[in-house]
Amino acid sequence: MIAPGREAVRAADRVAAARRHVSMGETISQTMTMAWRTLKKMRRNPEQFFDVALQPILFTAMFAFIFGGAIAGDVQSYLPLMIPGILAQTVLTTCMATGTQLREDMEKGVFDRFKSLPIARIAPLAGPMVADLLRYTIAATLTFAMGLVMGYRPGGGAVGVLAAILLAIFTGWSLAWIFTWIGTIARSAQAVQGFSMMILFPLTFLSNAFVPIETLPGWLAAFVRINPVSHLVTAARDLANSALVSGEVAWTILACLIVIAIFAPLSVRSYKRHM
Amino acid sequence: MSIIEAAPRGDTDLAVRTEGLVKTFGEHRAVDGIDLRIRPGEIFGVLGPNGAGKTTMLRMLATLLKIDAGRAEVFGVDVAGNPHVIRQLVGVTGQYASVDESLTARENLWLFGRLQGIASPRARSIAAELLGQFGLEEAADKPIAQFSGGMRRRLDLAASLITRPPLIFLDEPTTGLDPRTRGQMWDTIRYLVADGCTVLLTTQYLDEADQLADRVAVIDHGRKVAEGTPDELKIAVGNSTLQLLLADPDEVSAASEVVRRVLGSDPVLSPERGRLNVALDQADLAADVLIALRTAGVSITSVSVAKPSLDEVFLALTGHGTDDDSSTEENR
Repeated sequence: MIAPGREAVRAADRVAAARRHVSMGETISQTMTMAWRTLKKMRRNPEQFFDVALQPILFTAMFAFIFGGAIAGDVQSYLPLMIPGILAQTVLTTCMATGTQLREDMEKGVFDRFKSLPIARIAPLAGPMVADLLRYTIAATLTFAMGLVMGYRPGGGAVGVLAAILLAIFTGWSLAWIFTWIGTIARSAQAVQGFSMMILFPLTFLSNAFVPIETLPGWLAAFVRINPVSHLVTAARDLANSALVSGEVAWTILACLIVIAIFAPLSVRSYKRHM
Repeated sequence: MSIIEAAPRGDTDLAVRTEGLVKTFGEHRAVDGIDLRIRPGEIFGVLGPNGAGKTTMLRMLATLLKIDAGRAEVFGVDVAGNPHVIRQLVGVTGQYASVDESLTARENLWLFGRLQGIASPRARSIAAELLGQFGLEEAADKPIAQFSGGMRRRLDLAASLITRPPLIFLDEPTTGLDPRTRGQMWDTIRYLVADGCTVLLTTQYLDEADQLADRVAVIDHGRKVAEGTPDELKIAVGNSTLQLLLADPDEVSAASEVVRRVLGSDPVLSPERGRLNVALDQADLAADVLIALRTAGVSITSVSVAKPSLDEVFLALTGHGTDDDSSTEENR
């Protein structure tokens, strides 16, 4: 069935030619190939985008009409406060899906092959996360689009809004490492979902995303002030509403870098141990 | 080139060499001190029932499982110390197809080629070449969900051959395949060796080991119980087996005595009461045994003469059958 006449495989040459380590360039190229795989899968299963597309639309409308009157007097004056909050909530929910989908993926046979290939151990984890940048972009853009439809007129203009979106995408991508780590340690995709919810709800609701900090009791305000989501929300408000690059941007980026520094190595370690 | 960056010196006298290889899962020693010497260019068969530790051993050699004790080398390279080098030398085809269900066959092969550093156009041409060689051209752009079991296995094997690794691990390559597809798989495996590769395959089928392997190790409860060429193993078992079911199970010892007198060797008692398996060098000897039993007044319910199966190899080598083995495995 196979035409002979090829050059024979010589083991000694292969051993001599074998590389000892994966280089940085190889790691990036392998990660991008893995991202290509995830994008192909997304295109074949567009239902994956339902949460990303529906949540910003639904939550923006719902929260504006429910809380608008109570918190800001009316819907119009609530929007500048709320839209950056919804932005943070949306990217956080999106990065939770990263962990759940990784867990589902890892249970498939193809991950066995990934492990047996001479590739960087981080590539199968980082690849889907690169592809997920598309999901964050869709979610963030839709949030602002829905705001605009409801009458939100961001004072920071197009540049301010774009900067807020970029910051939210970066934050989402960084925090996704937490959920990736959960994906590598949990026993099932359901467990990832349940565990992630427990982290996600306090993070989003115990922040200044929907209500001003001043209205909270002292002990709660203390937590809300250190919550990285609050920093993101404040930074995004400053950017979108007044094109102001405040110190909150730096705090947000710092928090993100710390999360990556902790959870990326943890994820790779626990992924390796899974073998 | 510095000493640290230099590739490990390969001792290519042996393709695989293990010493006292051990894997434990809790209390259970899945692989319990296995020594192997596999020569370059041979097909080495590992024969054993489900749960014997074949897959566990293979996964350790492929860097997919940690080696708990002992040592393993592939072409002289230490497996535990150089996993990245080992992964470049070994192609693994598992029991279950490890290809991406959501991609097409062509996309799968391209993906695995790209991941291993092959430039995109070259990866595409290798994919096309392999699809042709494995008879998958027509299905190349269909989702794998529509593939038959045999097609998946072929694609899986093709995916292991993209970089033409010098050592190939095949974990039960034909389990669950129909006879025709099985034959095709055997041809492919033979071709790999002609190409200069070394093949380590696990199987539950004695005839598969017989057809393909130059040498065979029989594994049971994580230990190697026998090793040799298929012919040597068959001599240990006999060329054929006479299976007897006695009318009265209590006459087993009388029947054993008769067999010993006629053939000079003991029959193997099956777990089933009143059943004896008698190894025969020639099928003709069956008649002698039957006549002697009639003369001794031992009555028989059923008689058959069969080629030795894996079960007989196990009865002969370990004193227990494969069914017996898998049931104890489940009780753990």
